[in-house]
Amino acid sequence: MSSKELDQAKAKWESQLSAPRAGCFTTLSDMEVPLLSTPADLEESGFDYMRDLGFPGEYPYTRGVQRNMYRGKLWTMRQFAGFASAEETNTRFKMLLANGQTGLSTAFDMPTLMGYDADSPRSIGEVGRCGVAVSSLEDMERLYDEIPLGEVTTSMTVNGPAIVLLAMYYAVAEKQGVPKDKVRGTIQNDILKEYIAQKEWLFPVKPAVELVIDTIEWGAKYYPGWNTVSISGYHIREAGATAVQELAFTLADGLAYVDACLARGMKVDDFAPRLSFFFDVHNDFFEEVAKFRAARRLWSKLMRERYQARDPRSWMLRTHAQTAGVSLTAQQPYNNIVRVSLQALAAIMGGTQSLHTNSMDETLSLPTDESVMIALRTQQIIAEESGVANVVDPFGGSYFMETLTTKIEKDAMAYIKKIDELGGMVKAIERGYPQAEIANSAYHFQRQLEAKEKVMVGVNKYWAPEPKRINTLTIDRSVEKRQIERLVALKKNRNPEACARALKNVEEAATNGTNLVGPITEAVKSYATLQEVCDTLRGVLGIYRETGSF
Amino acid sequence: MQSHKEQHSKIRVLVAKPGLDGHDRGAKVIARALRDAGYEVIYTGLHQTPEMIVNAAVQEDVQVLAISILSGAHNALVPEIITGLKKAGLTDALMLVGGIIPEDDIIALKDAGIHEIFTPGAGLQDIVNYIRDHAPKRD
Repeated sequence: MSSKELDQAKAKWESQLSAPRAGCFTTLSDMEVPLLSTPADLEESGFDYMRDLGFPGEYPYTRGVQRNMYRGKLWTMRQFAGFASAEETNTRFKMLLANGQTGLSTAFDMPTLMGYDADSPRSIGEVGRCGVAVSSLEDMERLYDEIPLGEVTTSMTVNGPAIVLLAMYYAVAEKQGVPKDKVRGTIQNDILKEYIAQKEWLFPVKPAVELVIDTIEWGAKYYPGWNTVSISGYHIREAGATAVQELAFTLADGLAYVDACLARGMKVDDFAPRLSFFFDVHNDFFEEVAKFRAARRLWSKLMRERYQARDPRSWMLRTHAQTAGVSLTAQQPYNNIVRVSLQALAAIMGGTQSLHTNSMDETLSLPTDESVMIALRTQQIIAEESGVANVVDPFGGSYFMETLTTKIEKDAMAYIKKIDELGGMVKAIERGYPQAEIANSAYHFQRQLEAKEKVMVGVNKYWAPEPKRINTLTIDRSVEKRQIERLVALKKNRNPEACARALKNVEEAATNGTNLVGPITEAVKSYATLQEVCDTLRGVLGIYRETGSF
Repeated sequence: MQSHKEQHSKIRVLVAKPGLDGHDRGAKVIARALRDAGYEVIYTGLHQTPEMIVNAAVQEDVQVLAISILSGAHNALVPEIITGLKKAGLTDALMLVGGIIPEDDIIALKDAGIHEIFTPGAGLQDIVNYIRDHAPKRD
């Protein structure tokens, strides 16, 4: 059939359509959705199979980064966990591993994320609440006690003081006798998105980026199996960004790290293979699948064309995914299980390498053992019952999916160009550009909810009175007391001279601008605490303050 | 242009973020909604100590203090803010909390002096109306 005949046939078919029901037919991020896509849509965008899709495991990786994807190896099921003390989190880690989870993911508490010890006045009421409290190497040793770090891959979600926690992890692995090249895992260590969205920062933007580059440089030399940065769209999306903004700002952050590494004199193919990504998976099924596909294609083009990377591993966008916390509702919390299932399915259709599924009770408190288990089982059901893991990129070639993928890629690239014009992401952040874009989107979405243009089931539609909802996890204040007592004992028992000397070396390296991973590793091994190291760095690098605009 | 009188009668609200968490989406959305509703809104920015928040509230002489917290530290930090305000003599301010607050803690915070607590899913208009109906009058 010629394209003219197709147009005519479609026009005839359209003339016989009945009226649509009331409502907006757009994606969650307000992208127009056509009722029906045809080969004409692909033709209009100049779709070329080999150029735009190619084969899985080959440039431009639209269809996935491995040739046989989940038929070779299922995605890593990696539930983010951390609460109370190191021992309690260690117990949950072991429970998850015993139940078939295949990788660990560590959540730290707020004081740890901000570089404060449990005994700091800033830590009152926060110890062990949003994650596990780690103030020293001793806590890190307890956290991974009896977990073979040469066999399990570990992820750590920490950014501002990431370099310190990473040094602690390397030290624990060394104590376990694991060779450096067998230490595998990921540290989030994406400071740019902190200024943009998650807002857990310590130092001003430029020196903070240099700390990230220190870890990338060190990792490229000594820890070839470690992903030294997980460039994260998750928090950007959760803060209110659209799917396109999430993708664009995340890749722009990635480009900023690449630029900083190159400025340090590194060669792109020496570090780019260890850059990894982390995206949100929100409610809109097709938009999310398209986002993952567009992300891979766009990143590979940027790495190959903009930076002339030659190693195919530098072109690959490998990613972790997490279902969208903001999509969950406190109302009728069991409904969240269904939301998470659909989002998880989208991440799998999108070709993620690892996945965290949220627990149904996370809008109420940290999750209970029972709800975490349902979330893990959700992934196992998708993996082993639904049949979707048998086939690679089943949406490939879909008229609609390919059109949407191309649209998201194009719109994201327009944002990246805008950020280029601003002088790159560091400058854009200093001007508040991505922060303002996200705040605008968040407010717009909230207005749409108020106007019921967007629906949250059980909240602005199908609301029903509820008695007591579900049982939730509580963290009692004794955790804080215990943690402080331990710190006091630690400071009494360590060698004060060795500790002071090591901290002095950290200060000198920071002043001289030499790589800090080595000196910090020595400092944590002498049981200098997290805050002692961070305060030393604050003294040299300064602190970051944001003006409270809205 | 608003008349001088109208400007003067604007309800003054301090949106405050105590604690170490960086979840400011809610605080910013609320701040903007209150501003759009015609209130005068001051936002503290992130990572504020109770003392910093009390000082800001007193300095700005606000009628409403809207505390946003999602880190789980509300039981420790919110009562400290309440005590600080009382000590500083700002006794009539309407005190609100928004965030992930477990049901049992809601009762305790209300006993401590918080007037209302808005949890996930609360409507912007409901919050705007609540403030309109309950903010103390100032000359």
